[in-house]
Amino acid sequence: MATDAQARGSLWRRLPVISQVRSSVGLQRGMLVAGLILTGIFVLTAIFAPLLAPYGFSQLRGDDGVAFGALQEPSAAHLLGTTTGGYDVLSRLIWGARTALYVIIVAVLASIVVGVALGLLAGYFGGWLDRILVVVADALYSFPSLLLAIVVAIVVSGGQSSMWGGILAAALSITVIFIPQYLRVTRAEVVRIKSEPFVESARVIGSSHVRIMTRHVLRNSTRTLPLIITLNASEAILTLAALGFLGFGIEPTAAAEWGYDLNRAVSDVTSGIWWTALFPGLAIVLSVMGLTLVGESLNDLADPRLRRRAAGSEPAEDLLAPEGDPGAGDGDTDLAEASATPTTKEGTV
Amino acid sequence: MTDVVQIRDLSVTFATDAGAVRAVDGVTLDVHAGEVLAVVGESGSGKSVTASSILGLLPETASVGGAVVVTGRDGHEVDVATLKGDALRELRGETAAMVFQEPSTSLNPVYTVGWQIAEGLRAHRRMSKKAARAEAIDVMRRVGIPDPETRVDHYPHQFSGGQKQRVVIAQALALNPGVIVADEPTTALDVTVQAEILDLLRRCRDEFGAAIVLITHNMGVVADLADRVAVMYQGKVVEQAGVRDLFAEPREAYTRQLLGSVPRIGVGLARAAERAERRPPEWDTAAPVVEANDLRIVYPGRLRQPDFVAVDGVSFAIRPGEVLGLVGESGSGKTTIGRAMAGLTPVSGGSLSVLGVEMLGAKERIIRPIRSRVGFVFQDPATSFNPLLTIAQCIAEPLVVHRRFGSPAAARGRVDELLEAVQLPRAYGDRFPHELSGGQRQRASLARALALEPELLIADEPTSALDVSVQARVLDLFDELHRELGFAALFISHDLAVVDMLADRIAVLHRGKLVEEGTGAEVLGNPQDAYTQRLLASLPVPDPEEQAQRREEWEAMRG
Repeated sequence: MATDAQARGSLWRRLPVISQVRSSVGLQRGMLVAGLILTGIFVLTAIFAPLLAPYGFSQLRGDDGVAFGALQEPSAAHLLGTTTGGYDVLSRLIWGARTALYVIIVAVLASIVVGVALGLLAGYFGGWLDRILVVVADALYSFPSLLLAIVVAIVVSGGQSSMWGGILAAALSITVIFIPQYLRVTRAEVVRIKSEPFVESARVIGSSHVRIMTRHVLRNSTRTLPLIITLNASEAILTLAALGFLGFGIEPTAAAEWGYDLNRAVSDVTSGIWWTALFPGLAIVLSVMGLTLVGESLNDLADPRLRRRAAGSEPAEDLLAPEGDPGAGDGDTDLAEASATPTTKEGTV
Repeated sequence: MTDVVQIRDLSVTFATDAGAVRAVDGVTLDVHAGEVLAVVGESGSGKSVTASSILGLLPETASVGGAVVVTGRDGHEVDVATLKGDALRELRGETAAMVFQEPSTSLNPVYTVGWQIAEGLRAHRRMSKKAARAEAIDVMRRVGIPDPETRVDHYPHQFSGGQKQRVVIAQALALNPGVIVADEPTTALDVTVQAEILDLLRRCRDEFGAAIVLITHNMGVVADLADRVAVMYQGKVVEQAGVRDLFAEPREAYTRQLLGSVPRIGVGLARAAERAERRPPEWDTAAPVVEANDLRIVYPGRLRQPDFVAVDGVSFAIRPGEVLGLVGESGSGKTTIGRAMAGLTPVSGGSLSVLGVEMLGAKERIIRPIRSRVGFVFQDPATSFNPLLTIAQCIAEPLVVHRRFGSPAAARGRVDELLEAVQLPRAYGDRFPHELSGGQRQRASLARALALEPELLIADEPTSALDVSVQARVLDLFDELHRELGFAALFISHDLAVVDMLADRIAVLHRGKLVEEGTGAEVLGNPQDAYTQRLLASLPVPDPEEQAQRREEWEAMRG
């Protein structure tokens, strides 16, 4: 049947982000593409940091053994100048992307695994387990997130700040803030999915709870997660920068970190030295903006009510063309329904 | 006769994710003053889109071609297809009004109904609040709401479904428009309420002189109310005729097929007799598959509300191979009984024994062994499949859960057999549920329910979400499978004619109580209970002549 190929499309077109870019138009497409480009630059910079950075993040002297010198203006040797501590700004910028990416990956992975598992249990079984988990999550919400992050950072690293110690401290402190979000979102979806007839039909068949949860409920309740992941990733960068800025971050010798660099640059600004503060700040703003744009665009595109479509033109091919005689053929003559793309129903977060 | 609406070569195209879709294709229609024009067709035929275009209610994604000329009572003509903004707002309510399908969602719950009727009046005419209120009371009285002086200050939730629809109609009539578009005005209502609303719509035509564009898929409603009928199929008008001509001698093959698939009361008797003959002689004495004794199911009330008794002292039995049809209006408890038999709703009192297991107070552990012997077909085929699994995986699910096969892939041979049994091509097993039409999905649902060859099948309104022609095919399939496999079945439906086609015995539920039970011939041929009689009399039959006669009987019974 011709509709078969139409409905499925090629694998390439159905890939998550690609399909969204294709289905967007106008300003929404512009926002999504801009977000993707910014995020792409961020991720690529992080991955290829050793190749891109002219110097190491804690390097104070060139190959010839001569110190860079503190607060050098941008020049051919140091494209973005050097910091108070005598580090190369560009190199720390590039290496800082790597630290940020590590933190995002660890924080998001940890909070997803824990948050989704707890949300699934709470939503599916309900009762006292649900009540306790929701109360705990609400209690965590009421803490200022940065305070929570600082406490966890002290507990995890105990003042030590090696690279991985610092990354784990930052990531886990962010995880604690994120778990309630994943828990609530997953729980809300699970509660909705649980009352769907296909879950009841699984119960009638005699499936066990574990099977219903994993095969029928879990996979259907994770649709909103990609959106939260992108939004949380940008929040993770901000929290990491804030921790670094407040001095709970990573030592400059262990890893490059934008928030720490900003902190060191505070006094420079008043004395007219702009390059030490401007570039780490821009890096934070642009990477957060990129991730937020992607998240917001995905959010809008997932909701058919928010999604803009190209204005109706003449149909490229008549989808309503009769297929044989009315009532004849193998199936029911309900073509419009069969070939239309399903509209997704997203639960409100 | 003047035309209040002239639709000329209307075409409507929607922009969707799958590309542009032509919903209405070159439709030309006239609505004469003071007549009821029924637009009939199956879902996706473009009937609602055509009617919405009369009020310019199409969404932004639609592009409209052609002309929709609406003539006001003052003889002023406008082309709605080109109208925008204020001019369009002026037309709505004043020249053309709309009655929606679902009365419970088309009224705003936070305002009184009087305010909502007056709002339309004040939007079009300069009048004081007091005068608008007086008008609202007047129009409410004219649509038959008792005691309108008090009721005008009530909120929508204080009205029953039928009364809410009366308020919606009052709202439409308030400005005395020349044409009212009624989009499935009775689909969400029970049969007995439907008859009253149809009566009111008839009065709208006779007393208010409004032309009505009635959109419906129910041929009984058409026969009851319409003067002229336009049949739509895939965005085109295939046939237009006077209602008597259309039912007496439909010209087009599609119309004939549509009329042929409408279930009529009486055709089931022959089938039931044939089934009874094929039964072994000792069948009467066989132990029942399901036995309910004084069954009570109560939903506990929340927040100090009293408990809701959904099923109250119901007794019945289903013997092996027998189909029991359970009929009732919404809220009668019929679905609750089906769900209790499947162990989805706990039983609160009496006794319900399913395949020898007592369901009163039963734990999931006790029910699980009989699950493989009970099949269940859900009402809405769109939501009863896991959207992420293919049809083959969905059908294989019971086979895997009960360890007949190790994995869905291993079960594929049996799944193909099942697909063939429900007349679906094997290749459909690799599709996802949304790629099938409603009827195909419901057949796949039957295949899943029958995968383990159950002794008992519970079908909860399996065809109420389907179009008539699709419904006819699914019902035929059910009958055929029942003949081959010989399962006992509980068939739940609100439609007497559907139950009549399949059931050996029919049980009528009314507000949780079983009011009548017997064979199809007994219950439908000679109903004893007053409620059953009323139910039968309110059911419109798809034949204008016969329906006119039945309507007189119904009015006599009511008055």
